[in-house]
Amino acid sequence: MRSFLSRIKSSRLTRRDWLRGSGLAGMAGLAGFPAFAGETVESSQEFQRRNAPSDGLLGAVGEVDHVRNGFDPSDILYDFDYGVTSEMEDGRTLREFQIVASDMEIEVAPGVFFAAWTYNNRVPGPTLRCVEGDRVRVVFTNAGNHPHTIHFHGIHPANMDGVPGAGDGLIHKGQQTVYEFDAKPFGCHFYHCHSMPLKRHVHKGLYGAFIIDPDPEKYTGEEHKLARRRNHRYEECQAINEMVMVMNGFDTNFDGENEIYAANTVAFAYQTRHIPIRPDQEQRLYLANATEFDPVNSFHLHGNFFDYYDHGTTLTPTLRIIDTVMQCQGQRGILEFSYEGFDPGSFMFHAHQSEFAELGWMGFFKVLPVERSA
Amino acid sequence: MEPAEPLSQKKISIQKRIVLISLPLLLLAAALLTFSRFNPIPALTGGQPPAEEISVERVILDEDGILLFIVNGGHSTVVIAQVLVDEAYWSFTIEPGNELSRLARARVRIPYHWVEGELHEIVLLTSTGTTFGHTIEVAVASPPQDSTRWFLLAAIGFLVGIVPVGLGLMWFPLLQGLRTGSLRFVLSLTVGLLIFLFFDTLAEAIEFAGETPGVFKAIPLLFVIAMMSYLALMAVGNRKGVRDRSTPSGRYWVATAIAIGIGVHNLGEGLAVGASIAAGEAALGSFLIVGFVLHNVTEGVGIGAPMAQDRIAISRLAGLTLIAGGPAIIGTWLGGFTFTPLLAVIFFAIGAGAILQVIVEVSRLVLRPLVVSGTGSGSDSLKRAPAWSEIAGVAVGVVIMYATALLV
Repeated sequence: MRSFLSRIKSSRLTRRDWLRGSGLAGMAGLAGFPAFAGETVESSQEFQRRNAPSDGLLGAVGEVDHVRNGFDPSDILYDFDYGVTSEMEDGRTLREFQIVASDMEIEVAPGVFFAAWTYNNRVPGPTLRCVEGDRVRVVFTNAGNHPHTIHFHGIHPANMDGVPGAGDGLIHKGQQTVYEFDAKPFGCHFYHCHSMPLKRHVHKGLYGAFIIDPDPEKYTGEEHKLARRRNHRYEECQAINEMVMVMNGFDTNFDGENEIYAANTVAFAYQTRHIPIRPDQEQRLYLANATEFDPVNSFHLHGNFFDYYDHGTTLTPTLRIIDTVMQCQGQRGILEFSYEGFDPGSFMFHAHQSEFAELGWMGFFKVLPVERSA
Repeated sequence: MEPAEPLSQKKISIQKRIVLISLPLLLLAAALLTFSRFNPIPALTGGQPPAEEISVERVILDEDGILLFIVNGGHSTVVIAQVLVDEAYWSFTIEPGNELSRLARARVRIPYHWVEGELHEIVLLTSTGTTFGHTIEVAVASPPQDSTRWFLLAAIGFLVGIVPVGLGLMWFPLLQGLRTGSLRFVLSLTVGLLIFLFFDTLAEAIEFAGETPGVFKAIPLLFVIAMMSYLALMAVGNRKGVRDRSTPSGRYWVATAIAIGIGVHNLGEGLAVGASIAAGEAALGSFLIVGFVLHNVTEGVGIGAPMAQDRIAISRLAGLTLIAGGPAIIGTWLGGFTFTPLLAVIFFAIGAGAILQVIVEVSRLVLRPLVVSGTGSGSDSLKRAPAWSEIAGVAVGVVIMYATALLV
């Protein structure tokens, strides 16, 4: 008798190759998208209870313990770290931030734990926010077990670049350094560890958003107005619902591919708990891509369009009226949109790489009924 | 002998006996307890956690989606946290629970609309982020486990096992007309057939052992079972009445032993056919069936050859056919309903041991003076070296097996 197993194996190879070749394998499962109707305002949990198990649903089973993690994607969304400010002799604002790197196990999907390296015990790290022209001082302490740095995207001297060999270079376990520079240019920026191997240090969780608001005093006319809308100290800006999403991924089995994708770390976090949206409020989303292994990530909005400011370094949009934008690794930008005039209901947003979406990077904006002013 | 006497005669009280029996056991328990309390291994290995190991044993595809039967074949407890189908997280339920201790089994039900005829990749993601994949090559609805299935599988087993062995034995009258030299050649040929079967069965068992979770230690298990099966058949063949191979009853026993060995081997063949059918590999299943049928005709000849000089009742031939061919039916049932690689290893190991025993038996028959008078005395005659014609017989037997095996 001939080898039964080897025969099965050989048939397996050819068939798989054929499927790969025609690109069918990656498309399978698309049909499984849950049919969330626009008018229902139920959470996916309720939806699951109603429909499962007969139909089956895309998504993770169970819920992540955000308390144990010590951070919650629903809070990270609105959590800006403005630092401690003081006035310098020349009248400028000095903004001091404290960042501590440490090792920490985090739950990235229900029941799935990842040995992360974190800034301030969260992934992504704190969203640092300052104003164009501020003096930024970041006191960085490494409490982790590996040498780390902080490399800021922005304009700064070479010795403040946060790469090995520049300035203090690698900050070893138990050591401290200070990164100091002037905040410029305004925009939606990014910071991350630049220890080598870079891929591992970034993918382990050492990154965060770094937002420099434009200073309206530096601009006149229409630009002055636009700058006020972007600067957190002005009420034109405060009227806008500002959110931060750092797109990321986790390779839990170390095979060089992400098992989990998310915005702000926890897979399906905003599918489990939809993000509430007031239709009478403008929306601004600071979006950054910290995904490793995949060259590109993207954001797609359902039922609506947005204006996009690439890198946030302009006061007028670089792309207008689009519903999908892609970002390469380290790229970021600002999205502005509104659900004004929309009836209540949930609208999906997700990476339009279907694979990423189905591996966790999807969520919902829940448009609320218009509040009647008392 | 003297010094031993007083010791053996000394009467040991029951209490003392209990103490003598239990003391080493108690000390052993204490030693193990001490080891587990002050385990030096973590200090030596750096305390790295043991690798997780999850195997998918069976997959059922039906209207409700996908049902996986999984086993934890590793040394540590594994928690199944999430399930992915085709690179997408999917809802699932797991019975009895998602925490699998060592060797524990569970059923994972995934309500997923699988696509007929296409490939699906299932990945189990554990709490540590480790992934275990399983590929459904071609998704086809698993047939219901009803009586029709039992009957159809039995029919296939009958076709694979009983039919060809019976057909082969129909040449028995032809064997009876052979002269001594020719008969020796046919017996040598049988040895050749069996040698090929032995190595083939062993190779098959080793291959399935590779698919078995490591904790089952399938390779040592395989050789131990083969050895036990060999020794057991040896003991059975040495009992009074059949011990002398120069008598008709002795030779009938050899034929029976061959039938048993071939029977276990055919059980393995049935297992392969049944498992390929269960896996939905229709083309492979029918290919195996045709190959096995042609191949097993030669086995009938092998069973008949040792008894060629005797008068054998048809009922006995039928009985031998049943022994050699019948297990194929059991094999198709096992393969078709509850196939696991471990089960395959066990059956192939029994088969290998049985075949080896038969090779020894038939070789003895070849090398023994073939005199009907019954005066030829047992094992002395084994000293003769095989003649070239007999070696040629072995070679032809191997070639026949190899050639028919190419069909499968």
